[in-house]
Amino acid sequence: MDASPQMPTLSKVPRILNERETKIVASDVNVYYGEKQAIKNLSIDIPDRAVSAFIGPSGCGKSTFLRTINRMNDTIDGCRVTGDILVDGKNIYDRDLDVVQLRARVGMVFQKPNPFPKSIFENVAYGPRIHGIAKSKADLEEIVVNSLKKASLFEEVKDRLDHSGTSLSGGQQQRLCIARAIAVNPEIILMDEPCSALDPIASARIEELIDEIRQNYCIIIVTHSMQQAARVSQLTAFFHLGDLVEFGDTDEMFTTPKDKRTQDYITGRFG
Amino acid sequence: MSDHTVKSYDDDLASLKQMLAQMGGLAEEQLANAIDAIAKRDTRLADIVIAGDEKIDALEQQIEEKSILTIAKRQPMAQDLRQIIVAIRISADLERIGDLAKNTAKRTHAISEQMPRKLVSGLTRMGNLAQEQLKNILDAYARNDADKAISVWRSDEDIDALYNSIFRELLTYMMEDPRMIGPCTHLLFGTKNMERIGDHTTNIAENIYFLVHGKAIIEERPKKDSTSTTNYNLIK
Ligand SMILES: Nc1ncnc2c1ncn2[C@@H]1O[C@H](COP(=O)(O)OP(=O)(O)OP(=O)(O)O)[C@@H](O)[C@H]1O
Ligand SMILES: [Mg+2]
Repeated sequence: MDASPQMPTLSKVPRILNERETKIVASDVNVYYGEKQAIKNLSIDIPDRAVSAFIGPSGCGKSTFLRTINRMNDTIDGCRVTGDILVDGKNIYDRDLDVVQLRARVGMVFQKPNPFPKSIFENVAYGPRIHGIAKSKADLEEIVVNSLKKASLFEEVKDRLDHSGTSLSGGQQQRLCIARAIAVNPEIILMDEPCSALDPIASARIEELIDEIRQNYCIIIVTHSMQQAARVSQLTAFFHLGDLVEFGDTDEMFTTPKDKRTQDYITGRFG
Repeated sequence: MSDHTVKSYDDDLASLKQMLAQMGGLAEEQLANAIDAIAKRDTRLADIVIAGDEKIDALEQQIEEKSILTIAKRQPMAQDLRQIIVAIRISADLERIGDLAKNTAKRTHAISEQMPRKLVSGLTRMGNLAQEQLKNILDAYARNDADKAISVWRSDEDIDALYNSIFRELLTYMMEDPRMIGPCTHLLFGTKNMERIGDHTTNIAENIYFLVHGKAIIEERPKKDSTSTTNYNLIK
């Protein structure tokens, strides 16, 4: 029996936050729907150039918190947000902040693929056009092709870019939505259960895609699959009843979580 | 630990634990009989031990199959995953302990009736110590008791120390009377088997610690087996 090597001491701050720049700093965030409080005093630092996973039982506030990051909650009647959310040090709830500009920087992919009822090309071209990103027609075409390639959809649709986006399969539509999200060159990509409607192969392709692009973006993914969170993310946050219970390096969260609630949740013991 | 939402998942883990307990019980019994057989030069009992090893091997196989199936079905996380990984590892240690008991029992045939009792007593003392350690560690596993596992892990030193002294003792006998070389070598191998059973017991202790705490034991356990560097001249 050889002596086991000395274990490194585990720090409270996730390792990844020491290695990467922090992209998003949320402090004391509260979200209310009318009287009901959906997020309670939540503070979290989210690193750039990495994937952070949000997990937790249904109704715990994952989507609600995700929507605070691109101010999608503004569009919901009776929804009120307090606290600060800084992106690159700038409070996105400042009065002078341009929300349209913000949403170009913070892209979102939803649970259900939601292509516009337009051509595949137009679905991707729409964002760059309204944000004035493309300088010419050729420029726009290049952006569309590159985005489709990054979303690993191009090969499948290159001969039918003029077909309707809704004519694609669910998995292809989801990749189209990802292409649409990255076409405007966002810094942050929010994904709310992007694979929940997809078969295992299509999910695997999305995961592969996330893996490929994560070096260039700050990605947050909400998922109900523990295995998916463990596979794609470097940082995991566990939400429960509007609280952020635990967040830390994914490798530790799924092997040696610190909080009993996290442990119970990831091992299938409650909910 | 609360129950899983899916009850049959609890059943899977419980049955794995139960199979391991059964395997541990068998290993204990095999070891006890092997020591008894050698102490009493009881070749009939030795043959029972030799034949009994199959049952342990079969259980190891079953534990492995059950583990793989449970991983595939449940995709376990955190301590559930450790529970399964540790079951596989512990069953491998128990299987080796079974082999070593069997190998020890086999040597009963080679040790003649005329062999002085005194010579065999070293081996039985080692055997009893190994048996006690095994019993304690199986107990620690049944209760997920990491503290008890640590104390078993520490006391492996005692087995190593006893082994060193028996090794020297047997070497002395062999030097005094070359006719003793044959039987003493068998005793030496038997003693070494007990020492290795002690090592497997410490493996199990490390696994129990890992199961409970999710990390390895960090303390250094002093290694006291110095026989690999003990030579003929040194003890003369
Ligand atoms: N538009 C809304 N109006 C009122 N209450 C809402 C609204 N959206 C969400 N809620 C409530 O806020 C809480 C958090 O909901 P949220 O959608 O953020 O949960 P979630 O963690 O994303 O759940 P799921 O995993 O089921 O998607 C829930 O209790 C929900 O009922
Ligand atoms: Mg949601």
